[in-house]
Amino acid sequence: MVSTLGEEGLRAGPQGSQVPVLEVRGLTKTYSVGRFGKAKLVRALSNVDLSVMRGEVLGLVGESGSGKTTFARTVALLERPTSGEIRLLGRGVPNRLNQARLREHRGHVQMVFQDPYTSLDPLHTVRYSVARPLQTFKVAPKAAHAEAVDRLLTQVGLVPPQDFLRRYPYQLSGGQRQRVGVARALAARPALLLADEPTSMLDVSIRLSIMNLLLDLQKAESLSLVFVTHDLAGASYMSDRIAIMYAGHLVEVGPSERVMGEPRHPYTQLLRRAAPDPASHFGTGRRFEARGDPPDLANLPSGCPFAARCPHVRKECTEALPEWRQVGPGHQARCVLY
Amino acid sequence: MPPLLEVRDLYIGYGWDERNVTTIVRGVNLTVAPGEVVGLAGESGCGKTTLAFAAAGLLEPPGRALAGQVLFEGTNLLELPPEQLRALHLARISMVFQASMNVLNPVTRIREQFKDAMKAHGVGSADEASARAKEMFARVKLPERFLDAYPHQLSGGMRQRAVIALALCLEPKLVFLDEPTTALDVVVQRSIIQMLNDLRHDLGFGVVFITHDLSLLVEIADRIAIMYAGAIVEEAPAQLLYQGPEHPYTAALMSAFPPVGGKRKRLEGLAGQPPDLRRLPPGCAFAPRCTRFIQGTCDTVAPPEVRTTEGRRVSCHLYAETVPSRPLPEAGPEALGSRGNGARVAGQPIGLSPGEGATN
Ligand SMILES: Nc1ncnc2c1ncn2[C@@H]1O[C@H](COP(=O)(O)OP(=O)(O)O)[C@@H](O)[C@H]1O
Ligand SMILES: Nc1ncnc2c1ncn2[C@@H]1O[C@H](COP(=O)(O)OP(=O)(O)O)[C@@H](O)[C@H]1O
Ligand SMILES: [Mg+2]
Ligand SMILES: [Mg+2]
Repeated sequence: MVSTLGEEGLRAGPQGSQVPVLEVRGLTKTYSVGRFGKAKLVRALSNVDLSVMRGEVLGLVGESGSGKTTFARTVALLERPTSGEIRLLGRGVPNRLNQARLREHRGHVQMVFQDPYTSLDPLHTVRYSVARPLQTFKVAPKAAHAEAVDRLLTQVGLVPPQDFLRRYPYQLSGGQRQRVGVARALAARPALLLADEPTSMLDVSIRLSIMNLLLDLQKAESLSLVFVTHDLAGASYMSDRIAIMYAGHLVEVGPSERVMGEPRHPYTQLLRRAAPDPASHFGTGRRFEARGDPPDLANLPSGCPFAARCPHVRKECTEALPEWRQVGPGHQARCVLY
Repeated sequence: MPPLLEVRDLYIGYGWDERNVTTIVRGVNLTVAPGEVVGLAGESGCGKTTLAFAAAGLLEPPGRALAGQVLFEGTNLLELPPEQLRALHLARISMVFQASMNVLNPVTRIREQFKDAMKAHGVGSADEASARAKEMFARVKLPERFLDAYPHQLSGGMRQRAVIALALCLEPKLVFLDEPTTALDVVVQRSIIQMLNDLRHDLGFGVVFITHDLSLLVEIADRIAIMYAGAIVEEAPAQLLYQGPEHPYTAALMSAFPPVGGKRKRLEGLAGQPPDLRRLPPGCAFAPRCTRFIQGTCDTVAPPEVRTTEGRRVSCHLYAETVPSRPLPEAGPEALGSRGNGARVAGQPIGLSPGEGATN
């Protein structure tokens, strides 16, 4: 199995460094859906501000449709941002990039996809899938590929590598496929790994092993990791910091223990009450109350996207999007209550 | 109070051909009292859905009961003629199937689906059925106008509410919920669970709640049964199970679910994979993955079922009064009660269970 780094590894917090690998300001992405004439603009991301530091694990948490995948794909430049600024490794990323710069960007920012059953090409062997980025991103000369692939497969726990090299995706379990997905992403030697719900389609017993693998690799390679999930428990297990998304907006960011322990945005508080958590729910007999649903992204209200469901709503909430407020050390919420 | 449901030493297999049956469920005992919520958890493929189908009297070929009884209010469902069984369904026992959000008929308005279901049970006029549907929609907090919608016009959470309304429309006494909220977002999931709890208080049905999400189950169930490779390896009141799992499998499964918040701590979860049900290892089916494995015992002798405290049972050699070939390890729990009813005779290999011989 995978080597373990013990508890120290998990504890090393955002203190890892304060050098941002990724800085995103006002990131917005709209999609036009429907036909001409009846086309609607879906605002999948609205004004997202977020930084990811070197060597940190950032949990990006939100319900389905909140824009998590859009965020990851836009940062990886698999989608073009509609507006906003992306800085990677201290350098601004222009909106139009030539092929060489685009390839360079994608080499630095790699994704692990949600569905291990569709993210690998069924017609190619494991060896091919993992060697491909070595070539695309010119990581190693051709002569060194075989050795590099062996090392990558070993790193992700597919041992001995000879047993896996010639297999096709259908000859792998879901967990093994996801490990190949991780090896393939690592092959590019990224600075930033965006893992988009990498465990949500796996069986419970396999989820934790994939999370531990990502943590081990993140430490060993001092990678920055954005762990995208809808699962609060997984996010709090993985992350130094947690960012909460709602209807394409980022509403709260802070150290993981604070965001989970003292959530400040009313939406984060709602998520926290809803998530299974026997440690704090036992015997409280508390009723769960929630009203409404997330807003239509083609028809977003002005102001805070959560206002219509918020138990603390005030008049100003519906007038303009609240500014970021400092609510604790390294902890911010986009809410007028603070 | 007599149990609502009593499953006794049930064995279920799959196979069209009698000589070629794979035993999936192996010697399950389970009871549900009126109004009680019993949780059933285990990794996928361990037989939760199969057990639920059999216990609800819904098992169809190639599934077949090989031995045992399913007593619902004292009647053995396994021996009931089909027409009597059909009369029970919906009216006395109902089931919300796994992924059932997608089982509503897509081309029929929801109101019609209520009418059809109720007509099959001879519930009076169309007006009566319509009134009943309206009442159920109010109970599951769906706006009445959605009765005239097609399923695809509803969100996932609303569809699941509609499915639950349909399952409860004749006020059954026992409801099987097979992963009813697995595909839903947490807020929607929790709203539906709160609603089910309210309905249970109003209507007083017993529940078998199936999920792989042990954290959720611990919060909502009165009692939990943990299933591994077709057998129940531990059963305990939810709170006791959470505070102190006895079976090493339960402990490992629980450690696969990180807590929300608090100090972060590395968890190792569950290494390895469940066994192939067609080729179970001798002795304890969990032995190959067990960190407290006793060589010479766990790999040769089926574990006895032990009642460790009132209302708890566990099938594990660590809790046996006498371990056939080795003493208890020092780490083992001390005060152990006597073996309970139905305790398997230590020394009888599981391979000799009914139906098992045919598969080897
Ligand atoms: N290519 C696309 N075209 C149109 N709408 C899209 C596209 N991709 C995403 N969306 C919409 O953007 C919103 C956010 O989606 P997504 O980023 O996938 O959310 P999440 O990953 O949090 O579930 C959704 O309403 C989705 O339907
Ligand atoms: N119709 C069937 N025919 C043959 N085998 C089946 C059938 N349905 C389920 N099985 C097998 O029975 C085992 C238990 O399945 P299931 O009861 O669905 O488990 P769970 O609900 O715990 O995931 C699995 O190995 C599965 O492959
Ligand atoms: Mg997504
Ligand atoms: Mg199932």
